[in-house]
Amino acid sequence: MKVTIVDYGSGNLRSAQKAFERMAREADLTADILVTPDPEEVLSADRVVLPGVGAFGDCRQGLGKLTGMIEALEETVIKKGRPFLGICVGMQLMASAGHEHGTHPGLGWIKGDVVPIEPADENLKVPHMGWNELHIYGAHPVLEDLGATHAYFVHSYHLKAANPGEVLAEVDYGGRLTAVVARDNMIGTQFHPEKSQTLGLSLIRNFLHWKP
Amino acid sequence: MLKVRIIPCLDVKDGRVVKGVNFVGLRDAGDPVEAAKAYDAAGADELCFLDITASHEKRGTLIDVVRRTAEQCFMPLTVGGGVRTVDDVRRLLLAGADKVSINTAAVTNPDFVREAAEKFGSQCIVVAIDAKTVAPGKWEIFTHGGRERTGIDAVAFAKKVVALGAGEILLTSMDRDGTREGFNLPLTRAISDAVRVPVIASGGVGTLDHLVEGVTEGHASAVLAASIFHFGDHTIGEAKVHMSKAGIPMRL
Repeated sequence: MKVTIVDYGSGNLRSAQKAFERMAREADLTADILVTPDPEEVLSADRVVLPGVGAFGDCRQGLGKLTGMIEALEETVIKKGRPFLGICVGMQLMASAGHEHGTHPGLGWIKGDVVPIEPADENLKVPHMGWNELHIYGAHPVLEDLGATHAYFVHSYHLKAANPGEVLAEVDYGGRLTAVVARDNMIGTQFHPEKSQTLGLSLIRNFLHWKP
Repeated sequence: MLKVRIIPCLDVKDGRVVKGVNFVGLRDAGDPVEAAKAYDAAGADELCFLDITASHEKRGTLIDVVRRTAEQCFMPLTVGGGVRTVDDVRRLLLAGADKVSINTAAVTNPDFVREAAEKFGSQCIVVAIDAKTVAPGKWEIFTHGGRERTGIDAVAFAKKVVALGAGEILLTSMDRDGTREGFNLPLTRAISDAVRVPVIASGGVGTLDHLVEGVTEGHASAVLAASIFHFGDHTIGEAKVHMSKAGIPMRL
């Protein structure tokens, strides 16, 4: 199995790579975990992971600078239906548009907008940083048997999905924030599975086994 | 609900933990990676490495520690100590740090905070503020391990670095650091209430009640401690239960 983690200059991908390698090893899966900016490696991937840290616009621009990458993602994820996982800004990029430092188009896979976190309670800090408890709605193979209830978040913007059916989990933070979105063969987590100890590693294991 | 974080901090010199960590069953108490793994297993919410290596030539040892830790611990890691350039930040992030803390360079060259935040995002830029009481209700920034007074007001400085892009403040009360008398609560509260970003309280923890006070009276979002955990006085689990019983939301 080939798992391609898209490297478009968005920060540290080492933790994500190591976490995938570990869970593939533990599950006795023969998996090549590639970290690469090469769209060809996305086209030939069995599973695709889109990470991302920083600002939405910068990430979108970084992705756009890789010639053929957006097309390769569309082809692999939408046309061929390969399992896809977006992490943090990688999840936000699944939305229609992001409104961080201007308005930027997303991949448009999940209808909705990425907007600033504005907790009703003035005392709540932004960024939303740390461990928050997931409220999971409905069953999903990637969210089964996670072995823990809290995930690690660090973000100042969040995805407001237009279709509530595509929101699989939320957290409380002076209102509800989207934690997981999914439809068909794609899933996105606002939190960092590669930083969420047991819960995160379990989610990665599930993703590696997922047959949507 | 978001939980309050407990962050054990390891002082690292030339790639080794200073003073060692007194855990049962640790093969090498001086190996930061071993200590990090133990804290990961114990349920620490984040880890912090503070590099106190004096010579610039030996700085590479920390990168190796960060790399090896990130391969084995799937939890958030903040690294600081001697971070002065965008290249320093980049190297640490690529090695596997999630957040990099900037201390002296934020005082001598505040624009570096802006530069780093613009390049890598505010979420990974922590500014470490060392402050000392100079008059009742008045605190100043000190550098060089608390020896040099800068004349800069701590609250004003915190607001400034947040405006420049810092995503978190690591606040150490220098008049409490190492005393085990508890956090400087008025200072912690003044800074926490002055900025929108999370503040980590540090310096002076000697008892589990001190951790509680840091949150209830200091309004901190996270508490950092070293010796009470390293020397085996208390486990992370005990600290979490204690704080939870005091009504603080914890990840148990």
